[in-house]
Amino acid sequence: MNPFKLLLLAVGLVALFVAPIGQGNYIIYTLNSWLLFSIAAMGLNLTLGYAGQVSLAQAGFMGIGAYVTALMTLAGIHWIFAAVLAISSCFLVGLMLGYPALRVQHHFLAFVTLAFNTLLFLVLRNEEEMTGGSLGLVGMPRPDIFGLSTGGNLQFYYFTLVCFVCAAGVMWWILRSPWGRAFMALRENPIRAESLGLKVRRQTLLAFAIGSAFGGLAGAIQAPLVQFIEPHSFGLIHSLKLLLMVVVGGSGFFFGPMLGAAVVILLPEVLRFTEGYYLIIYSALVIVLMAYSPGGLIGLGQKLFDKFRPKQQARHDLKQGVQL
Amino acid sequence: MTETILSVHNISKQFGGIHAVSNVSFDVKRGEILGLIGPNGSGKSTLFNCILGQLKPSAGHCEIDGRPTDGVRPADLSLMGVGRTFQQLSVFPKMTVLDNVLLSGQEHEGSMLSRLFGPGDAGLTKKAEQLIEFFRLTPYRDTEAGSLSYGQQKLVDAAMAFMAGPGIVLLDEPAGGVNLTMLTHLKDRLMTYNREHGTTFVVIEHNMEFVMSLCTRIIVLAEGELIAEGTPEEVRSNQTVIDAYLGG
Amino acid sequence: MAEFLQLILSGLAAGSIYALAAVGFTLLWQASQTINFAQGEFVMLPAFFVLVGMTVLGLPLWTSIAFALVLSLIVLGLMFKKLVVEPMLPHGTLPLVIATIALGVLLKESVKEFYGATAQPFPAIFPQTVYNVAGASISLQDIGNLTVSMLAIVGLQLFLGRTRTGRCMQATAQNPNVAEILGVNVKRMVLYTFLINAALATVASVLISPIYLAKFSNGETLGLVAFIAAIVGGFNQIRGALVGGLLIGVIDNLSAVYISAQYRSAMPLILLIIIILVRPQGLLGTSEGRSV
Repeated sequence: MNPFKLLLLAVGLVALFVAPIGQGNYIIYTLNSWLLFSIAAMGLNLTLGYAGQVSLAQAGFMGIGAYVTALMTLAGIHWIFAAVLAISSCFLVGLMLGYPALRVQHHFLAFVTLAFNTLLFLVLRNEEEMTGGSLGLVGMPRPDIFGLSTGGNLQFYYFTLVCFVCAAGVMWWILRSPWGRAFMALRENPIRAESLGLKVRRQTLLAFAIGSAFGGLAGAIQAPLVQFIEPHSFGLIHSLKLLLMVVVGGSGFFFGPMLGAAVVILLPEVLRFTEGYYLIIYSALVIVLMAYSPGGLIGLGQKLFDKFRPKQQARHDLKQGVQL
Repeated sequence: MTETILSVHNISKQFGGIHAVSNVSFDVKRGEILGLIGPNGSGKSTLFNCILGQLKPSAGHCEIDGRPTDGVRPADLSLMGVGRTFQQLSVFPKMTVLDNVLLSGQEHEGSMLSRLFGPGDAGLTKKAEQLIEFFRLTPYRDTEAGSLSYGQQKLVDAAMAFMAGPGIVLLDEPAGGVNLTMLTHLKDRLMTYNREHGTTFVVIEHNMEFVMSLCTRIIVLAEGELIAEGTPEEVRSNQTVIDAYLGG
Repeated sequence: MAEFLQLILSGLAAGSIYALAAVGFTLLWQASQTINFAQGEFVMLPAFFVLVGMTVLGLPLWTSIAFALVLSLIVLGLMFKKLVVEPMLPHGTLPLVIATIALGVLLKESVKEFYGATAQPFPAIFPQTVYNVAGASISLQDIGNLTVSMLAIVGLQLFLGRTRTGRCMQATAQNPNVAEILGVNVKRMVLYTFLINAALATVASVLISPIYLAKFSNGETLGLVAFIAAIVGGFNQIRGALVGGLLIGVIDNLSAVYISAQYRSAMPLILLIIIILVRPQGLLGTSEGRSV
């Protein structure tokens, strides 16, 4: 990483730290949801943008995370333990779902996850004894971390920010390891990757399971943030929303999901004047974006940047080496 | 370690009623550069795919280092030390040359977990850089492979096949679409690598000049049958071969 | 026993309508590798075209249906292909998947905004007569639905198998490159596929809306059921989609009564997961083999 990028990163972190100070509760809450959805979208980006598989159950995994956390913290267990269980159960469910689906070609994972998200919704709604049914669960406590209370909105924002930075760090670590290189190779040319010794199915499965685990973490934060969860918050439409975040921001780019989450969360505010037409305009924009820039907004930015940048890289032939 | 690294036993392959390959047998000795030639449709590619376990032969079997290849997954074949290239270009275009080469070696090192928690290059940067230097690609180390010229990408492709340090590399038309200067360079590199590391090569090729000057031994297929076998000189003067090419 | 038969029959009737959507879904997949996540909305929409014809333009029912068919062919066939699928294809399957998901939302929300969010009664095509046969009530509507959708599918099969155009379409689906060499106008054949899909969606829409009422959100369940039917039956076969659709209709009906009304909609999903585990190529499907 060069000094310029490091500086940019530091500026970004400071901005995230300063952003909520002096703001009203609504803005803090919105920023908080943005961080939370960025975590979930980051995980989905690993599945979609790096390993090239469509998962339509990311909201479902958030749901698992949120319900596990809610049930455990309501029973008096500390959030940390609840979150660990939430994350690992999402990872395991991801493995169990992905294993059969990835045995076959096409976008079978998309269908399996679609079915799973719908099934999960039914279970959450019908098993009232445990999940509270349509009424959901309320009153999840906000945790104390090392004696610091996160009860206030601002404190909880910083709590989420810490989780976000940790999650981004883990993601960065994965992507810079040989695994990250393997994920990229899978997306670009799976047949060649396999001929070089890459276990395609195992690697894809891991990408999906890790991506799902990020959903679990997001859910674990959502439960104490909203302090009210019900099945509809984790329906298929929210999985689609998360998918759109990744795609709109730019799938396969590290910062794509963060940008996408910001757009998807802020756009309703910007398009508020359009009233009910918001989703219509939004979905039409997505179609246009896909047609012109499958790399999303970041991809679009890169395209424009390349277009206007003076051409100077064509002089490789001045260097020494094979010139053909 | 036996003398023979690859042995092909009585391979036949039929598609419907068509005999693509009929009863072909041969051995490849360690350190050899074997050429596999024949007119279009002579069954070279079918045979190649049978050797690599991608097609199930109708009869016969192939062994690499004494282990049958039939039904072995491509990834496991690679881990057995079998490198290959494809007829079409197959580098990872959005990854740098270094990353392309690193990827080709990383799965052969350590375990799944060590590849997550260990160093980002799996400790292979030095080896990869040596290979890149070997192919005179060092100036392009950090260039996206997709932006290199066709010939340069062919070199990257070869470097990737060598990276895992395999005992045998199967090259599918390495000379296809490559210009003359690059061809000489490629040939020189293959022969040097063979000399320095004793790696065995099996080369499928159309370009006769290239094969004749590169290979130590040549096998000629026509209409699915092995019609000649020998040194380049022997094959060049073999009447059956001349007839097969001119008559075909 | 009488109740059982009755459930089977109404299950078959509903299932045959699902099959229409599923068949269109597989056709699109074969012809252009399009996984249409908006298929459910494609079935939801034509009913509203009919309603527009009747209430806004004041046309009689059958004229409105013809009007809806034409409109569907244009919007769901031609425009879908030209404006959504074609610009996306060079980018691979993923952007197209996303685009069809967005299209589904677009259609759904448009209907909600421009027509209404409440369920609209839809005129019945068949008389609401119910016969009592050996203790089982058999409704004419079920018989009618089953007959019409079967006729549509059999007709489609005959068209594909017996006519020159149909065979060209099949050749295109199997191997577009070879078809092109043989002189088939591949682009036109793909367009025909999209038109057929639109027509099938219209038929399904007109048959199902009298039962479920016309509502903007109908597509959610219908789309899911169409996917499941296509996958359960076998992704690369029309017959498979038919069997899958019928099976799901019957299972759905039986499980509502014999298992649990609450988990009724879970049964097809469970079936899907079992099929993917046990027989991923589908009940009637043939595995596509490994590509080298």
